[in-house]
Amino acid sequence: MSDVTRSEYCAVAIADCFADDGEIMGSPMGLLPTLGARLAKNTSNPELLLTDGEARILKGTPPLGQTTDVTEGWMPFRLVLESVVTYGKRHVMMGATQIDRHGNQNISAIGPWDKPTRQLLGVRGAPGNTVNNRTSYWVPKHSARVVVEEVDIVSGVGRARAEAAGSAATRFHDVHRLVTDLGVFDFGGPEHTLRFVSIHPGESVESVREASGCDIHADGDVPETREPTAGELVLIRELLDPSNLREREVPAR
Amino acid sequence: MRAASKKLTVDDVVGRIESGMTLGIGGWGSRRKPMALVRAILRSDLTDLHVVSYAGPDVGLLLAAGKASRVTFAFATLDSIPLEPLFSRARQEGTAQFREWDEGMFQTGLRAAAQRVPFLPMRAGLGSAVLENDPDLRTVKSPYEDGEELVAVPAIPLDVSLVHMNRADSQGNAQYLGPDPYFDDVFCMAAREAYVSTEQIIDTAGLTVDAPLQSLLINRTMVAGVVETPNGAHFTTCTPTYERDEKFQKAYATAAKTPEDWAEFAERFLSGDEDAYQAAVAAFHEEAADV
Repeated sequence: MSDVTRSEYCAVAIADCFADDGEIMGSPMGLLPTLGARLAKNTSNPELLLTDGEARILKGTPPLGQTTDVTEGWMPFRLVLESVVTYGKRHVMMGATQIDRHGNQNISAIGPWDKPTRQLLGVRGAPGNTVNNRTSYWVPKHSARVVVEEVDIVSGVGRARAEAAGSAATRFHDVHRLVTDLGVFDFGGPEHTLRFVSIHPGESVESVREASGCDIHADGDVPETREPTAGELVLIRELLDPSNLREREVPAR
Repeated sequence: MRAASKKLTVDDVVGRIESGMTLGIGGWGSRRKPMALVRAILRSDLTDLHVVSYAGPDVGLLLAAGKASRVTFAFATLDSIPLEPLFSRARQEGTAQFREWDEGMFQTGLRAAAQRVPFLPMRAGLGSAVLENDPDLRTVKSPYEDGEELVAVPAIPLDVSLVHMNRADSQGNAQYLGPDPYFDDVFCMAAREAYVSTEQIIDTAGLTVDAPLQSLLINRTMVAGVVETPNGAHFTTCTPTYERDEKFQKAYATAAKTPEDWAEFAERFLSGDEDAYQAAVAAFHEEAADV
């Protein structure tokens, strides 16, 4: 299927992150993660629990930009923080202004913490997420400024730092995947470092390494990210994102 | 005998706050913030406040006006606009002291204060920069067989908390009608004194006529005073009474980008009292409608 766009490869790659999660809450942050999680709920993981991004748990999967559907439960912020993150039945996919070779993520600020050159969101729930429940990351524009050797302010915690903090930090630590507009990665390289899982069609190991600010480990030949099935394309194009918002986040190339 | 009314004016509430105090502010980001009370603080002589908030424009405004010298935060956002521009400027220019915690730690610190214990243990923070950037934080080892070493999140005791609710009675029983209570009851209990601003003060019997019992988040033991401030969360959400004023928030965020535009915005909207503010907002929308 030659007309499959890069954003559609990203959507199925994200959906695949949630495939084996079973009956847990998915917390996709941002547009493509939301599309991917809703796609997973329609395909590989119908048991996934998803909210409207605020306090309602939705039974169905409305199109992107819409948040109304049958409500199946209540999920105010207090329950997320005290009863879902810590309970562990959750898979969050966060963004990352920086993510490093060791799986540390930064959404707090760029530059020194005391007086940053650019303030971002703040650490938000990233420290707690990463030591309590499965965490993945989405980067819509893979570059050497985003995928780096070492992040400025560690918000989400990678494996090495969790291990240094002790067994309380590693007990539920599970940084699962990094999906970018160039490929899919995990942290299964030497000493839990960044490793290729697949590369989106049109890219190569070399082109991705060129676009990165740190080394990425390759175990032998790296496969291409799988194509969406015909059914998945119908779901993406007709049901979940008929306005093609995905194209704005990841333009075709 | 009847319990005395706790009805106050916005200026009465501000009169109960002193410079140097630790001030908790309820709501979340740009949602159900006690903005009328924040605006009253902007007009006051108060300085040197330590503000504790799931931060939105409340914190941005207090920083820009030089009211806050210290801020405890986990994030600062306008929700529909990801970054809070006045907060970002204060961070980048280093015009105040900051303490950055994880969102869950922040709640845990408030709960510890509410429960009057010195700390509560949790995993959040372990391995992250939070423990490096706040050198006062300590870990604690489980005294049981597991021996796990957890973050001992210290209590965040507050002098005063300010929250905004959809409805309340004159005794301080207060109700949210939107989808999320945020942490407003916890903010009230973590504080020595809490003040509720509300869209409407009604008769107690009216509170449960058309809303479920569980919407009565705050009871009067937690509350020192109540003030009626219609549209008092503006420009943040007060669902379902009103949603966020996105057009105004955009004007706020745009003006905040440069000191010159900000000075003009502050002069137009923040130089008078609450009535003047609401009138200026109405005029802003009339102008926008004419274009």
